[in-house]
Amino acid sequence: MSGLDINAITKAFGNFIAVDNVRLNVPHGTFVCLLGPSGCGKTTLLRMIAGLEEPTSGAIVLDGEDITPLPTHKRNLGMVFQSLALFPHLSVGDNIAYALRIRGASKEEQKKRVDELLTLIHLPGFADRPVAKLSGGQRQRVAIARALALSPKLFLLDEPLSALDAKLREAMQVELRQLQQRLGITTIVVTHDQREAMTMADLVVVMGHGRILQAAPPIEIYRKPADAFVADFIGITNLLPAEVDSAGRTTILGTAIPGLAMPAGVTKASVSIRPEDVHLGEPGGRAITGQVTFVRDLGGTIETFVEVGSTSIIAVATPRERPNVSVGAKVGVTLPPESCVVLGS
Amino acid sequence: MRREAPKSFADYTPLLFPGVMLVVFFVVPFSTMIAVSFFKRNPAGFYTPDFVIDNYARFLTTFFAGVLGFSLMLAVLVAVCCVSIAFPFTYLLTKRSRRVQTLWLVGLLSVLSLSEVIIGFAWSTLFSQTAGITNLFVALGLMDKPVALLPTFGAVLAGMIYQALPYTILVLYPALVRLDPTLLEAARTLGASPVKAFFNVVTPALRNTIVATLIMVFVFALGSYLLPQILGRPRHWTLSVLITDQAIYQSNMPFAAAMAVFLVLISLALVGLTLLVGRRENAL
Ligand SMILES: Nc1ncnc2c1ncn2[C@@H]1O[C@H](COP(=O)(O)OP(=O)(O)OP(=O)(O)O)[C@@H](O)[C@H]1O
Ligand SMILES: [Mg+2]
Repeated sequence: MSGLDINAITKAFGNFIAVDNVRLNVPHGTFVCLLGPSGCGKTTLLRMIAGLEEPTSGAIVLDGEDITPLPTHKRNLGMVFQSLALFPHLSVGDNIAYALRIRGASKEEQKKRVDELLTLIHLPGFADRPVAKLSGGQRQRVAIARALALSPKLFLLDEPLSALDAKLREAMQVELRQLQQRLGITTIVVTHDQREAMTMADLVVVMGHGRILQAAPPIEIYRKPADAFVADFIGITNLLPAEVDSAGRTTILGTAIPGLAMPAGVTKASVSIRPEDVHLGEPGGRAITGQVTFVRDLGGTIETFVEVGSTSIIAVATPRERPNVSVGAKVGVTLPPESCVVLGS
Repeated sequence: MRREAPKSFADYTPLLFPGVMLVVFFVVPFSTMIAVSFFKRNPAGFYTPDFVIDNYARFLTTFFAGVLGFSLMLAVLVAVCCVSIAFPFTYLLTKRSRRVQTLWLVGLLSVLSLSEVIIGFAWSTLFSQTAGITNLFVALGLMDKPVALLPTFGAVLAGMIYQALPYTILVLYPALVRLDPTLLEAARTLGASPVKAFFNVVTPALRNTIVATLIMVFVFALGSYLLPQILGRPRHWTLSVLITDQAIYQSNMPFAAAMAVFLVLISLALVGLTLLVGRRENAL
C-alpha cells in the first residue's frame, strides 16, 4: 500500500505520555497539517516519523515497509527544522548539495541539482552566498531546497514558517503548497496556526494531549468539528448550550430551533455555530432576542457581539449584508439549523 | 540593549581597578624583564644596566635553535593530542544528563587544583619500574617483568597532556554545549550517519573554537618547565627549562630575560595569527 501508515504509535517520557496511541493513514502525495496547542505532542510525533525519537510502542509503515527500526539516515526523508539548522560553515550551494556530497555524487551532478533546486525556490544564482547573509525568507527556502535535494519519499516540516513576519508567512504558505503539488510529495507540516493549516492542507489533523481528536479535510474540520475543543481551536465559533424541552423540540437559550435534531437519547449538548452563519435581524418572531454590546468594524467584515442573558454570541457579516446596528440596540438572532453542529461531549 | 558610550572621566572609573592590577602585575614586571634582557651580565654580582644585544645574539646557535625547535614541536604535539582527545570527549559529555556532566566537570576542576610538581611526581611514580603501572601489566600477564617507562619522550608527553587536558575540556565545553543539536539531526535526515555528521558538520561548524583552543593549549604547554625535567632526559628539556636554569642556577638574569621575552613574542605572534584567521573567516 502506498503512503504513510502510523500504526498505534505511543511515546512516553518517563511517566508522561507525550503521544498516545496515534493512528493515522496518509495516502501518497497528501499534504497533512498537524495542528494543536503547545505541548500536545506534534513535534514528538514528527520526530518519531523522522526516526529522531524512538517510539515506546507502535509502528511506522512507509509504502508497505516497516521503517520503525531504520535509523534516520536510512529513511530517505527530508526535514525542515524550526531553527532551520542550516550549516553555518557552508555556502547556500554546499548546504543544498550536502546530501548529494556525502553520497559521493560527482561535482557536476551536485551543481546541476543545486541549480535546479535554486530555480525551484526562486533563488537562482545564490549558490555561492554564505547562509549568514540571507534574509529570513531566503533561509527558509534554502532549508526547504536542502531537504528536497534527494527527492525524498516524505517531507517533514516543524513549524517552518513561525519565524517569519505575517505577510511573508502567508506568501510562503502559498508557495509551499504550490511546490508540494508540483512535486506530488507526501508532506507533513506541524503548525499551531489554524489559518496556515486551512491554507495548505489536504488533511488537517487536530491533536490534543497526545491524541488525535479529528483528522479530516480542512473544510470538514471547520464545518463539522468533532467536539468542542476542535470547534474552538479551528477558527472562531459560538458554543451554545442546547436542550430538548418537554415537547420534544430542541431549544437554544430557551428558543426552539425547528429542524435541529439532537442524537437519540441526548437531552443536553453543546452546539457550535460559526459567526458568519449567525443572522441578525429585527427582534421578535422566531428569533432569539439579544442586545448588541460591541461592534468591531474591520472594514472587510463587521463583528457584532450580542448578549443573550449571560451568553455572548458573535456574528460576522460583510458591511453590505449588515444592517446598521449600534451598541445597545435590541436585535433578533437567528440560528439556521443546517449550520448548527451538535457536538459530542 | 543599547549602551551609551562613556563620556566623562567618571564613566571610566569601573576600569580603574583592573587597570591598576594590569599595570602592577603585568606591565611593570614585563617592562622590567624587557629592560633586563638588554643589560650586561656581571659574573661577580648580578647584572649591570647597559644596552647590549649579546643576550639575543646568543640564540643564533644550533643548540638554542634545537631547543627552540623541540619546545615548539612538543607544544604543538601536546596541543594536537589534547584537542583530538578533548573534542570528541566533550562532545559526548554534552549529550549526557546534567548530573553526569556536572560530576565530570567537578572532577576535571579538581585535577586543575594539582600543581605541576604533584603531577610530575605522581606520573614519575606511575612510570617507575618499582611501583609503576608495568607491575600491574605483569600481574595481568601482559608483560614478563616490570620496566621503567621514564625518562622518555613518551613520559613527558603523557604528563603534559594530562596537565593540559582539563583546561582543554573546560575551554571547549561552553562552545559545544551551545552548539545547536538540530544541526546534527539535520545532517542525519540528509543521510549522514552520526559519526559522519560529527566529522563533517560538528567539527567544521566549530572550526574557530578548535583553532583558538589549539593555540591556548600550545601557549600553555610552552610554559611547562617542571614536567620535562622530572619525566624526561636533558634532551627533552624545553626553552622554559633553560630559562629557569639560566635565571636560578646560572644567575644569568639578562639571558634568561631575553629568552623569556622571545617566548612571549612567539606566543603573541600566534595569538595574533589566530585573530587574523578568525577575522578572515568572519569576513567571508
Ligand atoms: N525529551 C523529552 N523529555 C521529556 N519530555 C519531553 C521531551 N520532549 C518532549 N517532551 C514533552 O512532551 C510533550 C510534547 O512535546 P512536543 O514538543 O511534541 O510538543 P508540541 O506539540 O510540538 O508543542 P509546541 O507547539 O510547543 O512545539 C511536552 O509536554 C514536552 O514537555
Ligand atoms: Mg513543537
